[in-house]
Amino acid sequence: MSATPLKNRHLLGWLMAMPLSVILAAFLIAPIVMIVIVSFWGATEYSIYPAFQFDNYEFLFGSPVTYRVFGATLKYALITWALTLAIGFTVAYFLAFHVRSLTMQIALFLICTIPFWTSNIIRMISWIPFLGRNGIANQTLISWGVIDEPLEWLLYSDFSVILAFVHLYTLFMVVPIFNTMMRIDKSLLEAARDNGASGFQTLLHVILPLTKPGIMIGTIFVVTLVMGDFITVRFMSGSQRANVGRLISNDIGLLQYPSAAATAVVLLATVLIVIAILLRFVNIRKEL
Amino acid sequence: MDRRPRSFYALASFFGLFVLFLYGPILTIGILSFQGPGGGLTFPMRGVSLHWFRDLFQEQAVGDIWGAFRRSLGLGLMVMVTTVVISVMAGLAFRKRFAGSAVLFYAAITSLVIPSILISLGVGLIFQQLGLSVHWATSGFGSQLTWTLPFGLLIMFAVFNRFDKSYEEAARDQGATAWQTIRHVVLPIIAPSLIGVALFGFTLSYDEFARTLLTAGSYNTLPLEIFGMTTNVTTPVIYALGTLTTLFSFGIIAAFLLGAWIMDRRRARLGSDAGKGV
Repeated sequence: MSATPLKNRHLLGWLMAMPLSVILAAFLIAPIVMIVIVSFWGATEYSIYPAFQFDNYEFLFGSPVTYRVFGATLKYALITWALTLAIGFTVAYFLAFHVRSLTMQIALFLICTIPFWTSNIIRMISWIPFLGRNGIANQTLISWGVIDEPLEWLLYSDFSVILAFVHLYTLFMVVPIFNTMMRIDKSLLEAARDNGASGFQTLLHVILPLTKPGIMIGTIFVVTLVMGDFITVRFMSGSQRANVGRLISNDIGLLQYPSAAATAVVLLATVLIVIAILLRFVNIRKEL
Repeated sequence: MDRRPRSFYALASFFGLFVLFLYGPILTIGILSFQGPGGGLTFPMRGVSLHWFRDLFQEQAVGDIWGAFRRSLGLGLMVMVTTVVISVMAGLAFRKRFAGSAVLFYAAITSLVIPSILISLGVGLIFQQLGLSVHWATSGFGSQLTWTLPFGLLIMFAVFNRFDKSYEEAARDQGATAWQTIRHVVLPIIAPSLIGVALFGFTLSYDEFARTLLTAGSYNTLPLEIFGMTTNVTTPVIYALGTLTTLFSFGIIAAFLLGAWIMDRRRARLGSDAGKGV
């Protein structure tokens, strides 16, 4: 193809990328544009009407609820990120450096990924028999004599929301970290050992820096999934907690689309800023 | 083999706990779905029965589960085929830099990280304003593709980054056209990875909730139906449904893995004709 003129190369590339471009234009770009437009519209109880007003944003930024909910959203994202990173790094480290045969590595890795393919909602429901008032956790603790009364905060609380997030999303941390760890040249570890580094020093000064791209990609996944989530928060908190996603879905439920759109615009801006910061640390295309 | 360090056992236990954490709850609802007719959502088991599975098969009790299942299956297959075809084409396109490729790449990344409810909201609004009615096979289908295509594309990047270009050069040197090279050299080599793309496409679609919420129209897909049940069903029938859909997902994964394994074996057997005088 080296003989093909330059113009044809661009044309061929465009033709092959055309279906992807069309879908993204129609179902990603156009919806974002639509949301931005509608965020300036007005709404009555029954309908929405085109306008150009800042009412929705004024209301959004004027309400203390907004700041509280954005705060809660960032709190969920931060705590979930820290937990999934700790667990994901440890699991990936074990698989990559302590399991010796490749077959075993792949088998154990698959075991970790399989639950990811089942329904998220089913995985959320599956916590009820564990955490409920008469659930396994409470009954076990009572029978051990640790507590006298069932713990009320196990289900329908921040605790259960974050537990579900960790349960649902740790895999998004394990996969990219494991992927980058598997590509670390083992002779580097030997070199570190030969130079007298302890296991911990090797971990800190060799493995951790080389795993950073994987950590960044996992972070992008976990942070964006948690920030955009509305169903886990609603379900696992028994509608007692809110994040931005729930704010949007509540407005949608009330047919207040312009207000939902304004909140969505602010959420999108927040997420994109976070991503832009994270992308400064890693070149995604190079790391795949 | 030298002895394992003590840290190995600590990490192995941690890994064991992690696996227990992943599977424990699912196993629990698997067990609880066999509750006796008088049993509730938690232990203890009041007898063992298939009562709740029977309950599930009586449609009027819980809404149109089977219709929802059929729609999710159909949609999953549509999304799967589309994802594989479009991802491969885009993956091939991205091997060379073309005008606008960076913009398209960032659009795909945006598609991956954008909160899914925004897609639902935006697509729903567009259809509403254009006076079109939303339907799982149109608006729902397109919305789901915004989630499956970036995954497919990323897998294609990973595949082509590891692709040995000398096979293509060899084909070209033998006089193969561009299309023949793709058809007879590139596609067979990347075929096992395409099974991965297909698996992503199908299962992401089959489980997708948020992107379908406002775009599926009046006929629910299975995740939407399950969500509806969580708000108004308070019997173990929902566990029975959970058990069945989970088993179905596992069956799908097993089928895909088996497919990948068979293709790998075929390739190992037929891949090289060196020295066979073909």
